Amino acid sequence: MHELSITQSMLEIVLKQAEKVQAKKVTKINLTIGAMTGVVSDSVQFYLDILTKDTIAEGAQVFFTLVPSQGKCRQCNQTFELPEFDWTCPYCQGNIVDVISGKELFVDSIEVE
Amino acid sequence: MEIKVLKNILGANDQIAAKNRELMASHEVFAVNVMASPGAGKTSVVLQTIKALKDKVTIGVIEGDIASSIDAEIVAKEGVPVVQINTGGECHLESFQIQNALNNLPLADIDLLLIENVGNLVCPAEFSIGEDLKVLIASVPEGDDKPYKYPLMFNTVDAIVLNKIDLLPYVKFNVDGFTKTVKTINPKVELFKVSCSTGAGIQAWAEWLSAQMKRR
Repeated sequence: MHELSITQSMLEIVLKQAEKVQAKKVTKINLTIGAMTGVVSDSVQFYLDILTKDTIAEGAQVFFTLVPSQGKCRQCNQTFELPEFDWTCPYCQGNIVDVISGKELFVDSIEVE
Repeated sequence: MEIKVLKNILGANDQIAAKNRELMASHEVFAVNVMASPGAGKTSVVLQTIKALKDKVTIGVIEGDIASSIDAEIVAKEGVPVVQINTGGECHLESFQIQNALNNLPLADIDLLLIENVGNLVCPAEFSIGEDLKVLIASVPEGDDKPYKYPLMFNTVDAIVLNKIDLLPYVKFNVDGFTKTVKTINPKVELFKVSCSTGAGIQAWAEWLSAQMKRR
């Protein structure tokens, strides 16, 4: 459900950037999304189609670069992809893990005409 | 033409959150963002915290709900200033809503502001509201598997209050397993085990919270 406010904030950023270069149309929006954020890509496109009506971003396509959740073991310093269950370190069985990626949520770039 | 943007989508929310933080700091208000799934006992923990600390500090409350003012009415009976935010469908509180609520609270007279977020383990984890502490209320009947199902929430918070421990004899819940999982996902987190029905553990939680306020 938070896709609505995320899409709204994202669109504000996009329109501001497009205005800066006096673009006539926004065709592509490239987002970088961490796996842990739980953002549903279909919902973002759905809300975007509604929110962009009568703006220069109408019809823009969203592309997602998904960043996997990665952790770093405090005991052996190895990094590994965090599985769905059990974040025990696969290298040393340590169980203190710092999250180093997976929380990303930003507009990477846009394509305009 | 491609334009590099590299802007955080929640940047606008974070900016207002920073303003909220500044405003509250200027009035020496310590703000706690209380998050949980529906029914975990957010309002009960807020009430117990008020009872435990109201002789030592002055308390204010912001209640966030999708609809209704039931919680605000219950809290108001404790004689503390309370503002209800109805999000009208949105599943979390955002910093601009807190900004509006802060304008309606006597900040100069408040030491501790308890902000009860909308019942949800997903979205509130992502929206900073200008709080000093993020606290998650978990509860025994929800089951001990929740940390891995909502890792961002369990990873983001400063403290976890495990509520309804009086139900442990009747519910399948592995406290040791839960504790181990929580510490793996969030090594720095403080864990409290309480029951708002019996009052068990509330004192330890309230004392820790008090100490955090003094540390700032």
